[in-house]
Amino acid sequence: MPVQDRKGQKIWQRRSGRESLMHWVMWLIGVAIFAYCWQQISESTTWFFVWDAPRIANDIWTRATPPRWEYITQLGKPIWDTLNIATLGTIIALILAVPVAFLAARNTTPSRFIVRPIALLIIVSTRSINSLIWALLLIAIIGPGVFAGVIAIAIRSIGFCAKLLYEAIEEIDESQVEAISATGASRWQIMAYGIVPQILPAFAGVAVFRWDINIRESTVLGLVGAGGIGLQLSSSLNVLAWPQVSLILLVILAAVVISEWVSAKVRGAII
Amino acid sequence: MSELHTLIGKKWKKPPFIQRTWLRWTLLLGFVAYLVAAFMTIDVNWSRVYEGLERGKQFVLAFTNPDFTSRSGDIWEGMIESIIMTVASSVVGIAISIPIALGAARNVAPLPVYLICRAIIAVSRALQEIIVAILLVAIFGFGPLAGFLTLSFATIGFLSKLLAEDIESMDKVQAEAIKASGAKWTQWINYGVQPQVMPRLIGLSLYRVDINFRESAILGLVGAGGIGATLNTAFDRYEYDTAAAILLIIIVIVMTLEYLSGIIRARVQ
Repeated sequence: MPVQDRKGQKIWQRRSGRESLMHWVMWLIGVAIFAYCWQQISESTTWFFVWDAPRIANDIWTRATPPRWEYITQLGKPIWDTLNIATLGTIIALILAVPVAFLAARNTTPSRFIVRPIALLIIVSTRSINSLIWALLLIAIIGPGVFAGVIAIAIRSIGFCAKLLYEAIEEIDESQVEAISATGASRWQIMAYGIVPQILPAFAGVAVFRWDINIRESTVLGLVGAGGIGLQLSSSLNVLAWPQVSLILLVILAAVVISEWVSAKVRGAII
Repeated sequence: MSELHTLIGKKWKKPPFIQRTWLRWTLLLGFVAYLVAAFMTIDVNWSRVYEGLERGKQFVLAFTNPDFTSRSGDIWEGMIESIIMTVASSVVGIAISIPIALGAARNVAPLPVYLICRAIIAVSRALQEIIVAILLVAIFGFGPLAGFLTLSFATIGFLSKLLAEDIESMDKVQAEAIKASGAKWTQWINYGVQPQVMPRLIGLSLYRVDINFRESAILGLVGAGGIGATLNTAFDRYEYDTAAAILLIIIVIVMTLEYLSGIIRARVQ
């Protein structure tokens, strides 16, 4: 225990002298890095605009209120599209994620040194690229529209779903698997009766969780042209129709809150 | 026992995932009806898709031959800006979210503070990064400042919520022992609460750095700085080899961050 001796009296300290020195050096380096980053940001900022920001914000606010409520009649189809992008994207992602998860889990993968790294690479690469970037890419390949949005959401979700699923598969109770294999079950029967029932709750939870996230993401996919309510948002922004923008933002907010509520309810019922 | 008698002689069937029969069938039927409706309304231009396959092939091939050099200046600048935004926004976001997390934990904060902090968290979580970025770019002008503010704002919602949950589920005994020794409120937080939540705070912060980097890659699409602008230009000009190079760099950085955070998390826990 680090103790400081001061005039013959021993005083407890949290860290020894060397430790606290190290601590200070670490903090110093951290602060220096942050100061450098801040300086870079401030260099590429037009400060005149920033000082002017309160006025601009106020201006936008007065333009955007009240929202143009009657515009909501034109938002029915975009909302339906958004829902479809999220739901179909999630379904496709789950169909693709299940085999990837089984290939990536240590206890079910057919080969640890060839197949597992490939599956892990698929998981990492689909996860680390945002759905908007996938949408950009797919629009260049298959043209703008809802279909590009569905595929973008699907690809983005594979990694996420597969990662959570393979972690669930790795945590299963091996004794059940052994019991099934002791009855002489084949490899597929072991999977169907020994592993699948154990990961089914996790699977349903992941599906609903990802669906909730996908609703959020699909609301903005339209910004790059991949369908959904984001298309309306981007066209309203382009013509500076702020009352429409505020209505769309309210609709998006409502969609996000509702989907989060649904997902919380369903997950509560499953687990 | 009687249950066993009724079961003997019958063929075993897998128990269904949803117990109630009517609920199972309504859910299934509703789902199928929805799927049919959804497929009917999606119009896919298959000839366009077919035409695009060639470009898709080019893109996949570009990954085997990424072009890091011809736009290296733009890529470098964009990447540095993304990283700077990530670091700065993570630092500021974490610094702000710690007091908010304390305020949003019911066992630390009084009710009015709790409600205010929970409201801040709810607002920050409900608004998406890209929408916040659009508004902030409109207000503060183009550049990394808008991106930095967006990411800081998003960090607050994420980190405060999870940290507050951790504080709420901490061990009361240790905190009470510190209080019993006559500690002030700040000392109580510092010696009773902080050591308990520190591993979780470090883990979450590292995870958030990872997310912030990934998000910073798209903020450029709406003019909020970072690599996104370069990436968007590369796609618009059909320079797939440059786009592939950028995507590969992003993947490598994310993988490195994940690997590092795995090591650090294993050490602190």
